Amino acid sequence: MAGTAVRGRLTWQVATVESVRPETASVRTIDLGVPDWAGHQAGQHLDIRLTAEDGYVAERSYSIASAPGEPVMVTVERLDDGEVSPYLTEELRTGDEIEVRGPIGGYFVWDGEDAPLLLAAGGSGVVPFRSILRHRAAIGSAVPVRLLYSARSLADVIYRAELEHPGDGVEVIYTLTRQQPAGWTGHTGRVTPALLAEVAWPAGQHPLAFVCGPTAFVETVAAALVSVGYPPDRVKTERYGGAGAS
Amino acid sequence: MTAPDNTQHDEALDGNAIGGLLQEIFGTEMTTAVGTCASCGATAQVAETLVYLRAPGTVVRCRSCTAILLVVIRRDEMNCVDLRGLAALEAV
Repeated sequence: MAGTAVRGRLTWQVATVESVRPETASVRTIDLGVPDWAGHQAGQHLDIRLTAEDGYVAERSYSIASAPGEPVMVTVERLDDGEVSPYLTEELRTGDEIEVRGPIGGYFVWDGEDAPLLLAAGGSGVVPFRSILRHRAAIGSAVPVRLLYSARSLADVIYRAELEHPGDGVEVIYTLTRQQPAGWTGHTGRVTPALLAEVAWPAGQHPLAFVCGPTAFVETVAAALVSVGYPPDRVKTERYGGAGAS
Repeated sequence: MTAPDNTQHDEALDGNAIGGLLQEIFGTEMTTAVGTCASCGATAQVAETLVYLRAPGTVVRCRSCTAILLVVIRRDEMNCVDLRGLAALEAV
């Protein structure tokens, strides 16, 4: 069965790097050519496996940055103490081959449901939301969306140009935690329950929330949403390791 | 992304992080599977559990009582899976 993709079974396969482009000083988006890609849903991820010359193997999960139907893209942030991300962001070149398996996951998936959508991103937690926003546009959904995006500074905002034109009915709200440009009139500091209460759709509108970011960010946001009346099963969470993911 | 925190919960990921591993083991999508904790009886989707990748092996804990639900140790290309902490695990 080697090399044959069996439905339901996950198979490692060789992907070819089609292009690599910078998003910020420490973040790269990688376009992958995956011959046997089964097609993904908005919000899913894939696993990447690197094997060193001495046989040492490292695997990491990355959210898929492209919409269903688009070529596979991942967006990777370099973590200084990481085993995998420094290679992916600094060494990887067009034409290189890496091993991938996916798509993976069914919980953190937006299926186009007709409910107001709150997307809360901490840092590179914005990646699956790019897939969701692109999917929303592709299927012509009119679901109103608010994306609350916490970033260290404006220079650390991933997909900044794309998020300037996120589509009709999509509002992007930034909070800059460490550094703000002169004249910044937006939010500053980490996301607080007060900011969420201001930004989140009222619970009475039966919204659906997706929260993705470092663990501490996700815990804060999810707890705050529940406290303003979101049923826990309407708050989908995905935690990236701050120090642990690499 | 952010400075690492030292509290145990802040180091934990969640079941999304082992979607690939569990699909490899069980042969189907597992982040939406519902597990029942053998210690406290809480039920939750796998995606909602606490997951520690940096323990020896992969450790999955109950978010309600923190009891161990599942441990996966990989040895020589083989996954050894300990499910004793789960009273039930049902894929959708």
